[in-house]
Amino acid sequence: MSNNNKKWFSLNLGRKEKESSGACGCGKTSGGCGAASQSDQMTDAAFAEAAIHASIGEEKNKDGFEQVFDVKMDRRTAFKKLTASLLIGAGAVSTSCSVIGGDESKEKAQIDWEEQFKGNYKLMTDEEKNGTVDRLVRSYQLRTGKTISMSSKNAEEDVLFGYAFNISKCQGYMDCVNACVEENNQDRNSEMQYIRIHEMKDGKGFNFNEADDNYYHEVPAEGHFYMGTQCFHCDNPPCVEVCPVQATWREDDGLVVVDYDWCVGCRYCMAACPYDGRRFNWSKPEVPEAEINKNQHYLGNRMRKKGVMEKCTFCVQRSRAGKNPACVEACPTGARIFGNLLDPDSTIRWVLENKKVFRLKEDLGTEPKFWYFMD
Amino acid sequence: MRRLRVFRSLVKDSLDTITHGSKKYHLWMAFLTFGMLTGMYCYSIQLEHGLSVTGMTDRVSWGLYISNFTFLVGVAAAAVMLVMPTYVLKDIDFKQAVLIGEGLAVSALIMCLAFVIADMGGPSVLWHMIPGIGVFNFPNSMLTWDVLVLNGYLFLNITIPFYILFRHYQGKEAKSKVYIPGAILSVFWAVGIHLVTAFLYQGLQARPFWNNALLGPRFLASAFAAGPALIILVLAIIRSFTEFKIQDKTIKKIAMVVTVAAQINLIMLISELFKEFYAPTHHSESAYYLFFGLDGKDALLPWIWTAIPLNVLATVLLTFHKLRNNFKVLFFCCFILFVAIWIEKGFGLIVPGFIPGPYGKIAEYTPTGIEIGVTLGIWALGAFIFTILAKTAIGIELGELKYKKNKEN
Repeated sequence: MSNNNKKWFSLNLGRKEKESSGACGCGKTSGGCGAASQSDQMTDAAFAEAAIHASIGEEKNKDGFEQVFDVKMDRRTAFKKLTASLLIGAGAVSTSCSVIGGDESKEKAQIDWEEQFKGNYKLMTDEEKNGTVDRLVRSYQLRTGKTISMSSKNAEEDVLFGYAFNISKCQGYMDCVNACVEENNQDRNSEMQYIRIHEMKDGKGFNFNEADDNYYHEVPAEGHFYMGTQCFHCDNPPCVEVCPVQATWREDDGLVVVDYDWCVGCRYCMAACPYDGRRFNWSKPEVPEAEINKNQHYLGNRMRKKGVMEKCTFCVQRSRAGKNPACVEACPTGARIFGNLLDPDSTIRWVLENKKVFRLKEDLGTEPKFWYFMD
Repeated sequence: MRRLRVFRSLVKDSLDTITHGSKKYHLWMAFLTFGMLTGMYCYSIQLEHGLSVTGMTDRVSWGLYISNFTFLVGVAAAAVMLVMPTYVLKDIDFKQAVLIGEGLAVSALIMCLAFVIADMGGPSVLWHMIPGIGVFNFPNSMLTWDVLVLNGYLFLNITIPFYILFRHYQGKEAKSKVYIPGAILSVFWAVGIHLVTAFLYQGLQARPFWNNALLGPRFLASAFAAGPALIILVLAIIRSFTEFKIQDKTIKKIAMVVTVAAQINLIMLISELFKEFYAPTHHSESAYYLFFGLDGKDALLPWIWTAIPLNVLATVLLTFHKLRNNFKVLFFCCFILFVAIWIEKGFGLIVPGFIPGPYGKIAEYTPTGIEIGVTLGIWALGAFIFTILAKTAIGIELGELKYKKNKEN
């Protein structure tokens, strides 16, 4: 996306413009990665080379040790082989030490080893993404005997997800919260919830201080209105800036996601988020086997472990498959609207163009992609 | 080869020194070992069950660990207050004290790193943070800056005293050409570590209590009060338990440093309080919570109302030359100042940053026994390391530890 050509309302607080994150690694938005516009003047071979150069760049799309070793140099293959053999060798040692040593346990140990030392998902090639997803599916199978499906689907082009919330319609039923918990396999013990519904008093305006986000009574309560918050998928997310290991980032379709396996659990992002959008697994998350949603995405609702961050991903496993997030689907009042901001015919665009919309804490310059409006 | 031999002999001699001592010394070390073992036991529980065994929650996600980390960075930075006059201004008074100060910095830094690791959700994947092997989000994340400056400072504070002691051990003078550049660098570096640590909080627009231009300077002022105050106390203990001579002049000079820093710190505190309470805004709520409590939630009140009077009392007492030059008063002042700043800059700073939450939720934080156990364990670890370093350094400086050429040959 070009910086000057924003497709939605922006405050422009005078913060420094970021270098274009681009729709893909090469920084181009249209016409795919390579220099497609010039292709007619080039031979096929030259074009291919240019395209590869443009799309690979310096360090993109490399994984784990390869991010270090696989630099452009003569010995790169040697290093690569060395790393691979080291990994396999060490894995073999770790399994051969076990006495029981069945084939399955060896495979399990091998998977665990590779998972422990894999790289950052953000920097993986598609092949490597598939690799880790396959390992995770296999690992789950070995452990529980059940098969899950896990996607590693990337962001689609010309898609930018946005969300709108109709304050007039919401009645505080919390169906969205329940659907979210079930869809996203959140820890049942700590009752983790991504969505908070704030019950506010009529006549007090948007007074969060006096609102109650933890009510247990019949709704809609007399003299109250309701407002939901969750991760706003900021376009300038402070949580992403502060992460020391780039375990959280903004995808090209605008989703702010976490690589649960790369997160070190320092919780700096949690302190940096002005919207209470992030949750931490203080202990091992537990979901009863029967309730596990087996339709998963690597960046979304796959099972987490203890000591890592997680958050709303606009149900990446659904939204990238062309479905609405679980909260939108579950809402009985139609207060929640989700869609592609770049599609001029989408409902979300209609809302943004025809309603008086606002966002929370706009003065912080975080550019949330989550709007509120009233009928 | 020769150097290696000398090093081996140094390690052997220092092992000898630290395992021998008076009954009191052995009791002290046994006490610290017990503290460390308790801490390790508590940490093992935390490793098994996750951070849920601490008092931290999604609402208050940093607690005792990060509070102590913040405070100790200041203590580490304060070693500079001794390094500067000795090496840069050639003030000979401090030479005796500077090795102690640097030893203190090393143990404080190790405690800092231990607190950060104790706070991590996934210590097993910490290698993700190692530049080169993992992915280092530099320069965007202030935490990566902190990792760099803290480890760099640790390196400086280990190498400089080590070089000096290594030379003295062999009965040679340390060449000033070798260590002065390092010493000068560490002066700037010390300011750097503390400023960067302040920026860690200062840079968060989500937390108005921290997002405050005064935070960095105030960190420095309080550090240069609390750090040297601790050094004075340590020197007093060393003076009475060992042969190591520390002149009154030295202690008085450090006391001067403590006084000026404490005064500046107090001025900044007043400025901060004025801003928060003269024209209170929505952003003053954390300060209200800290000083007066909100909605009947007032867990921090006893702490902060202990810290403020102690801070004021110490600063006032230190301001009068007569009182400051009386060592009994001085040591008392240093102790209460240290405690006051530990409270103020520890959970008096970290916890209210999260209260009220982003949407005004007031959920309080109380550390659990396991958290306190780990914290005490890490403090014991720091004291243990410091005792070892100081005992070896004093041994070398007093000439008790000497490299014997003949023995090795």
